[in-house]
Amino acid sequence: MTRTPLRPLARILDAREKGENPDVIERENLRRRHDEMRDKARLRAEGRLLVLAGLFLCAFLVVGARMAILAGTDPTEPRAHAPGARIAMARADIVDRNGRVLATNLATYALYAQPPMMVDPIRAATELASIFPDLKAEKLLEDFTGSRKFLWIKRKISPEQKQAVHDIGEPGLLFGPREMRLYPNGRLAAHVLGGASFGKEGVNAAEVIGVAGIERRFDDYLRDPANGDTPLTLSIDLTVQAAVERVLDGGMRMMNAKGAAAVLMDVNTGEVISMASLPDFDPNNRPRPLTRGDQSDDPLFNRAVQGVYELGSVFKIFAAAQAYELGLVDPSTEVETKGPMRWGKFTIRDFRNYGPRLSVTDVIVKSSNIGTARIAVQIGAERQRDFLGRLGLLEATPVELTEAPGAKPLLPKNWSELSTMTISYGHGLSSSPLHLAAAYSSLLNGGTRVRPTLIRAGRVERGERVVRPEVSEAARDMLRQVVTRGTASFGEVPGYAVGGKTGTADKPRPQGGYYDSKVIATFASVFPANDPKYVLIVTLDEPEETSGTEPRRTAGWTAVPVAAEIIRRIAPLMGLKPEIAPLSPTGVTLTSN
Amino acid sequence: MTEMVYGALPQAVGEPILPRWWRTVDKWSISCVLILFGIGLLLGLAASPPLAERNGLDPFHYVQRQMIFGGAALVTLFVTTMLPPKLVRRLGVLGFIGAFIALAFLPVLGTDFGKGAVRWYSLGFASLQPSEFLKPGFVIVCAWLLAASNEINGPPGKSLSLAITVIVVVFLAMQPDFGQSALILFGWGVMYFLAGAPFILLISMAGAVVLLGVFAYNNSEHFARRIDGFLNPEVEPTTQLGYATNAIREGGYFGVGVGEGHVKWSLPDAHTDFIISVAAEEYGLILVLVIIALYATIVVRSFLRLIQERDMFIRLAGTGLAAMFGVQALINMGVAVRLLPAKGMTLPFVSYGGSSLIAGGVALGMLLAFTRTRPQGKIGDILLQRGLR
Repeated sequence: MTRTPLRPLARILDAREKGENPDVIERENLRRRHDEMRDKARLRAEGRLLVLAGLFLCAFLVVGARMAILAGTDPTEPRAHAPGARIAMARADIVDRNGRVLATNLATYALYAQPPMMVDPIRAATELASIFPDLKAEKLLEDFTGSRKFLWIKRKISPEQKQAVHDIGEPGLLFGPREMRLYPNGRLAAHVLGGASFGKEGVNAAEVIGVAGIERRFDDYLRDPANGDTPLTLSIDLTVQAAVERVLDGGMRMMNAKGAAAVLMDVNTGEVISMASLPDFDPNNRPRPLTRGDQSDDPLFNRAVQGVYELGSVFKIFAAAQAYELGLVDPSTEVETKGPMRWGKFTIRDFRNYGPRLSVTDVIVKSSNIGTARIAVQIGAERQRDFLGRLGLLEATPVELTEAPGAKPLLPKNWSELSTMTISYGHGLSSSPLHLAAAYSSLLNGGTRVRPTLIRAGRVERGERVVRPEVSEAARDMLRQVVTRGTASFGEVPGYAVGGKTGTADKPRPQGGYYDSKVIATFASVFPANDPKYVLIVTLDEPEETSGTEPRRTAGWTAVPVAAEIIRRIAPLMGLKPEIAPLSPTGVTLTSN
Repeated sequence: MTEMVYGALPQAVGEPILPRWWRTVDKWSISCVLILFGIGLLLGLAASPPLAERNGLDPFHYVQRQMIFGGAALVTLFVTTMLPPKLVRRLGVLGFIGAFIALAFLPVLGTDFGKGAVRWYSLGFASLQPSEFLKPGFVIVCAWLLAASNEINGPPGKSLSLAITVIVVVFLAMQPDFGQSALILFGWGVMYFLAGAPFILLISMAGAVVLLGVFAYNNSEHFARRIDGFLNPEVEPTTQLGYATNAIREGGYFGVGVGEGHVKWSLPDAHTDFIISVAAEEYGLILVLVIIALYATIVVRSFLRLIQERDMFIRLAGTGLAAMFGVQALINMGVAVRLLPAKGMTLPFVSYGGSSLIAGGVALGMLLAFTRTRPQGKIGDILLQRGLR
């Protein structure tokens, strides 16, 4: 761009020559340049103004289009929402090992009231009280006419109740949809399942949260919306569980026991097929925990897992098996059983005198405390402790229940030589029936460690080795002989080769020492002994068999018959074939006519 | 003949004011403004009785006030359109100074009417919102400065106008009133763009606005809550926005019928910020589209008429006023349809509100004064002037 100077010298000089004002030339040039700039600016502004006009037109069109889209969609009714995140109601089902439902959800309604919307609070209160007998009309009326804007009346109502409330025709009574946790089998496996209740509650939804057992332990899994369609499969077998609970309940009554527990475990996988604890409860209507008295008498208390007892002679097989494993004895080695045996100021006695010497097998069969203690002395505290640890008896079980981590075995503070002896026959160390089931499974399945689980396992790897297979076989042989010719003779179930060990332990007094006439009777059994499949532990709390002249409390008279009846019932249910000697052909009479 | 013989009285140059006004003013835009005002009264009849009832007043109390203020606004508008641009500029600058002083004293003397932001002076019979009056004055001052900077040996108008903008925005943000701040910033941006801003600068300015927004989001709860509400795709149906959006849906294409709407009963701001929802609910999409078309006509026509304008000040001021007017309408309607985050902004000339109406009258009057047809040095203009003389 060539710019003419505002005061071109030639023209200025010329003007001066002619006597004209040279400033006029400057003003003229200034005006011309101004006009030039103005025209240029206007040209540029023209384009930009067109752009602006276009932009505005587009913006108005967009707003108009959006209005049209909105106007074309359906309105939604404004509803009050619960503040915060949405409440997920979905909760996965729980099924047994064969897919039968143990816990599921049911659509139901919660009933609430908004008193400001009420037309006739007096009628509403009286009608409600007649539908729900547990509600008081006066109390309701007080709530309805007071300053409350909102109140829950019932957390869960049945369809019939809902219709009845609906028929009152009161606009201030409203229903909120709910998912309710339902346990269709009632009391079955109550302690395993635990129970559920409502967590965060809104008008349109309420959270279902597990409060105990599997429901609590797997709460996150069950509530995860991603798992909504995949139920949690337990190792429990519903039919077996039903049979076990039924027989155990009958046995508990017959033996006048105040409580009972049973654990049925697969020896190879550690899966708990059945777990029962009596007295029990209905998880659909979970009772409140006891506030007074002994917590272990609470129906909510799971004796099989939480009940940590001194289980008595059932421990003897561990001492015998370990001594054999260590090469200290073999089943036929003679052990001194002359009693009473004194150790410092402590005396160990047997139930009756078994003579001066017994073979290791007979120590187990006759259940000699003295013989077991002598074997334990040979093993020593250190090795015993290590062995029981490998059987899982020194720590809480890893079973998938909230209650399990709290149930730690009670160990002697100082594992002295005396403790070694008492522990060898099951005193001085308290553990739960589930601990015992896992330890028996580990010892008897060929000698590999199993860990108890309530979740159906696919294929389980063999655990680490606890004892040699021949030790395991010898232990099973001894246990079988306990049933055929020893303390557990009532335990014989034809065709199933039951082997097992009885244990009768005096109950410790809370203030120290032991009761004379209160025992925990336990029968730890394995069947079939020649090809072990299952371990069954039955424990009765304070049993008394009163058919004889004086009450009998030993496990052989109490726990063993109950266990035998359980095995008789459940073995066929689990598909075990009884091994019955084939009838000789001579017994068959061919008939023809 | 007499004149030729005796000599004529010196003839007044130019034609009388009113005929010239009628000939030169943008009759389309004026019609649009009048129609908008009419629609505003109509919607006020629908939207304000619930509020009046709540406040224990005569049902049409707010409509009557709207008519009084509207009458005043229309008078202001017509008078302003008749003023010559130079006088508009002078009055505009004076108005800006007055409004700015009022704005600066707001924190001391203003009230917030319980709405969380100190924006008003309570005058007893009415309330006054200085920021509404500030806007037209601000446009005039900035346009003047920007135009002056383009003169040979002119003042550094661009920097000066930017400084004024920043000061005003800071004062508005202190209230806090981010909607008006954004509007002021936008108005200045448009004028600067038209005054020949380099594109790189415009882009970096857009970036700065974004940064400012982020800063405001992080530091002002008031602001953050509204943005969050906007970004949340699940609109809470019980919020103002939820009701507003729902009202538009409820109305559909032809509306639920006059007086049949429900949204006015639920929204406290139904007669001001959310009046478009009332319109959509009772009269349907039809009326909403008419309203949008009216605004679009005013804005786009003003732009097209200003293309012819030679005078830089007039062009800048006119564009700034039209852009602010249009954007305010766009923001108000954009909020109702959830295109924009919730902002307390009135729908110019339709929403209820004395300050808003009269300030709107002033602003539109100025705009129409600037868009009047005037000689632009074209051959037709020159011939026309010759012919008149």
